[in-house]
Amino acid sequence: MPNWVRACDANEVEVEDLVRFDHGDRTFAVYRSPDDGYFCTDGLCTHEQVHLADGLVMDYEIECPKHNATFDYRTGEARRAPACVNLATYPVKIENGSVWIEI
Amino acid sequence: MPKDGYRDYSLTGPNAKASLLGNAAWYASPAPRKRIKELTKRSDRLALINYGTWLGLVVATGALLAAVWGTAWAWPAALVYGVFYGSGADSRWHETGHGTPFKTRWLNDAFYRLASFMSLRNPHLWRWSHTRHHSETIIVGRDPEIAFPRPPSIRDWALNLLYIPAITKELGKMVRIALGNLTEAEKSFLPESEWPKTFAASRAHLMVLALVGLAAVTIQSWLPLFLIGLPTFYGSWLHHILATTQHAGLAEDVPDHRMNSRTFYLNPFFRFIYSNMNYHIEHHMYPMVPFYNLPALHEEIKADCPPAYGSLLACYREMVPAVMRQQADPNHYVQRPLPAGAGATPAYERPVIAAE
Ligand code: FES
Repeated sequence: MPNWVRACDANEVEVEDLVRFDHGDRTFAVYRSPDDGYFCTDGLCTHEQVHLADGLVMDYEIECPKHNATFDYRTGEARRAPACVNLATYPVKIENGSVWIEI
Repeated sequence: MPKDGYRDYSLTGPNAKASLLGNAAWYASPAPRKRIKELTKRSDRLALINYGTWLGLVVATGALLAAVWGTAWAWPAALVYGVFYGSGADSRWHETGHGTPFKTRWLNDAFYRLASFMSLRNPHLWRWSHTRHHSETIIVGRDPEIAFPRPPSIRDWALNLLYIPAITKELGKMVRIALGNLTEAEKSFLPESEWPKTFAASRAHLMVLALVGLAAVTIQSWLPLFLIGLPTFYGSWLHHILATTQHAGLAEDVPDHRMNSRTFYLNPFFRFIYSNMNYHIEHHMYPMVPFYNLPALHEEIKADCPPAYGSLLACYREMVPAVMRQQADPNHYVQRPLPAGAGATPAYERPVIAAE
């Protein structure tokens, strides 16, 4: 059974930016791309478990604030060392002005 | 082995296991997220102005050195060329290693490759070593880049001010790695998936140096080596004199860069050579911020940081006596004062030297 969870208001995420969303003991990152798409990944960098919410979104990449690893937040692909492991991604939908993620 | 029973700085000793502080605990001076985002933005234009000027100066002073080669003017020309080549490359190796100056990835990567060769650093090994340095800055047994283990050797310190022993060691390392050998300490921070690239990079560097050597033999002149390879030895001294200020004599094992790093004011020419790394607290706290925005970041957070030193000389006035005193008392370090109202250093558990 898909489990859709409301993460935040859609306009809470600025264009080319991200917000942190905590749910239970898990943490996620919700992104808004330059062309207004919404995406969701795990909230912690796969290198040393730092919160990506403090990182920088550039185009379709998130840069980790700690050692500058980058990931494609659409696919989770690790693009730049020191990240070697991809990020998990989650389906996203927008309904009534809210961002929902399937976890 | 630790000196005289003092702390064990090796990455494979007992402290390597005991000292992981965890990233979450590191202190960061509060700043509005919006402002940090602005300061983090990359600009190809700003980076190209700096890197283009630098490369232009390397080429121009190199051409000048070639033009006056064989005359007495060659010595001062080499001095100037060496600083742009050796010292200029060392700070740019560091910046592009963080991937922060350029917005365009391939420009960062291209300059990273070039500057790594010019500073004779293996690009992969150093990327990972520096990653650890940022995770565990001056954490004994974890940080591979502690330049001044206590008690420091004054002789090594003085010699290393000119960088010559360190760079000679780096050359030996290049040969060893080109032969496919890594030390246990290197293996502790370099993932196995990176080893083949690491070996290949050292081999490529050696190959270029061998070709330059061959050119020197063929034309019966030292000039090719004075232009490529040797400037790292005779020109990195300025970078090293500046970089010595980064952490020497300050606290160990504290998850607060305000306590283990120095920020000081510096003239624009030296800041150009050193890529603004005199704002070292800022760089460690917010490593995503490109070098050209560090002065603005300093303004943003300085009220939460110890006062910046007024000059390079002011740093040495503090460091030299501190390091001298550490000869007899390795527990000694400079405790940086926090201004009233500044955030407190996070609690941490690593025991002090005497307790170990
Ligand atoms: S924790 Fe993200 S790059 Fe190291």
